Amino acid sequence: MEKLVFDKPKCMTERPLHYCPGCSHGIVHRIVGELIDEMDLRDKTVGVAPVGCGVFAYWYFDFDFSQAPHGRAPAVATGIKRPNPDLFVFTYQGDGDLAAIGTAEIIHAANRSEDITVIFINNAIYGMTGGQMAPTTLVGQKTTTSPYGRDPETMGKPIRVCEMLSTLEGTTYAERVHVGDPKGVIATKKALKKAFEVQVNKKGFSIVEILSTCPTNWGMTAVDSLGWMKDNMIPYFPLGVYKDKTKEGDA
Amino acid sequence: MTEKVMMKGNEAIGEAAILAGCLTYFGYPITPQSELPAYLARRLLKMENGIFLQAESEVAAINMVYGAAGTGKRVMTSSSSPGISLKTEGISYIASSQLPCVIVNIVRGGPGLGNIAPAQSDYFQATKGGGHGDYRLIVLAPASVQEMADFTMLGFDLADEYRNPVMIMGDGALGQMMEPVVLKKPEIKKYNHDWVTDGAKGRGQNLICSIYLDPAEMEKYVHEIYAKYKIIEENEVRYEEYLCDDADYLIVSYGITSRIVRTSIDLARKKGIKVGLLRPITVWPFPTKVISEYADKVKKVMAVELSMGQMVEDVRLAVNGKVPVEFFGRTAGVLPSCNEVLAEIEKLV
Repeated sequence: MEKLVFDKPKCMTERPLHYCPGCSHGIVHRIVGELIDEMDLRDKTVGVAPVGCGVFAYWYFDFDFSQAPHGRAPAVATGIKRPNPDLFVFTYQGDGDLAAIGTAEIIHAANRSEDITVIFINNAIYGMTGGQMAPTTLVGQKTTTSPYGRDPETMGKPIRVCEMLSTLEGTTYAERVHVGDPKGVIATKKALKKAFEVQVNKKGFSIVEILSTCPTNWGMTAVDSLGWMKDNMIPYFPLGVYKDKTKEGDA
Repeated sequence: MTEKVMMKGNEAIGEAAILAGCLTYFGYPITPQSELPAYLARRLLKMENGIFLQAESEVAAINMVYGAAGTGKRVMTSSSSPGISLKTEGISYIASSQLPCVIVNIVRGGPGLGNIAPAQSDYFQATKGGGHGDYRLIVLAPASVQEMADFTMLGFDLADEYRNPVMIMGDGALGQMMEPVVLKKPEIKKYNHDWVTDGAKGRGQNLICSIYLDPAEMEKYVHEIYAKYKIIEENEVRYEEYLCDDADYLIVSYGITSRIVRTSIDLARKKGIKVGLLRPITVWPFPTKVISEYADKVKKVMAVELSMGQMVEDVRLAVNGKVPVEFFGRTAGVLPSCNEVLAEIEKLV
């Protein structure tokens, strides 16, 4: 008799992912699905999908979803959660969505300590629109709108979101992880589990920033992009827990 | 509360919303609607299930409305002209996702930052879109503090009935002035909520979205929504007639302006001019049919509004060339006097 040793999470659908080969979204989707199953959250979850490559995230999960306007996911999640405090609400946002057009929404959702969890995919570029410069694009990095490399004199330097949000009193939990190797994937699951628990225990705003790859728009193979992410992104976006009020005993 | 009380129009909207079962409000400060969020803050923050949240922006507030409306809760936001401009992105999403909610616009003088005096120059924005794409709002235009309250309650019912955003379009005068009002708790129908995103317990996924990458699929969806709009146009046109039966001249005017026009009509009647008023209560759907019918009987039609001529375009479409359509408007926060309108009526003869 055959023994099943690996299967997709129960709350995920049969639909094949539309993401490019080597893209990190698939890994993160799976971690989200595993945690929703393991924490038995499916029946009370509402996901909020962004504008960006993750816009169709709802195709791959069989729980409720709301698709938000560009950058507005934290506001939409606030609107879902406030009158329905027993729901489990997460947003899934990319770096353009969260750190450019949605800067006001993320800062104020964190500052109000909304009981929501933000899954923040930082791949240093706009994916869906075709590889434009993001607020997290590294200095010197070439994109279609920084064709000679990001010039910090005229384009500013990349925004470190976890560091910025951890200055706010309302942020309960903020951690940066990566999905560039198995160890990173395991750490990402642990971080997301912690962030989910913060919300389940009604402790306020949690965010996990996940350093991710975009081989298509970086112009690299899937394997090379993993190395590039670790070699270039982690030094500028250091991994770690930036805020944990559950440990400070005041959350 | 069934006795008569004196209230500002903005406050009447707030109390009416609560009576209609709306316990969730998101907004951002702007004059001349400020009494409304202040009233709701006082009331909702003291209620067990009351949600009052002052958002970081109009943009955030309308997206909070989008989120709450998707869970089937009665929800409202309010603003004034420049703030409504900021909300239009979210309004387009709400209309496209077919979510019920009430949006209040206490219209002020514009364009740009303008001023805080009464105006009706957001008519195009309210009735012709405002945001991107093909969509419609049901737009109710009150003319008194009582109607501010009544139409708010009606607005929630229409929003739920048709799963469509409803706009209450008042103005700086109606919002600020005090009048006697009777507030009576309405019967609230049970609406079908099998579409809401409130956790998929015992069912498959519910999804709130407005993206259809395949143009043919999107076109089909837009046609479905427009079939709904057609039903709204057939069932929900509301208007009031004043001295129209024997009228040689018909004035079309709505909201605060219609009250000035009524007095001007009384003055004109005393001078022997047979003139009547048709007041659109729904400016979308617009009372096209009845205006078209009057165009067969009257000599001239005149639109009077607080803009450079916005509603008059709908009047012209209704009259369709049968008789001349004149226009009189003051704009940018200026109200005409009764004698000014009377002088325009006398010019018709």
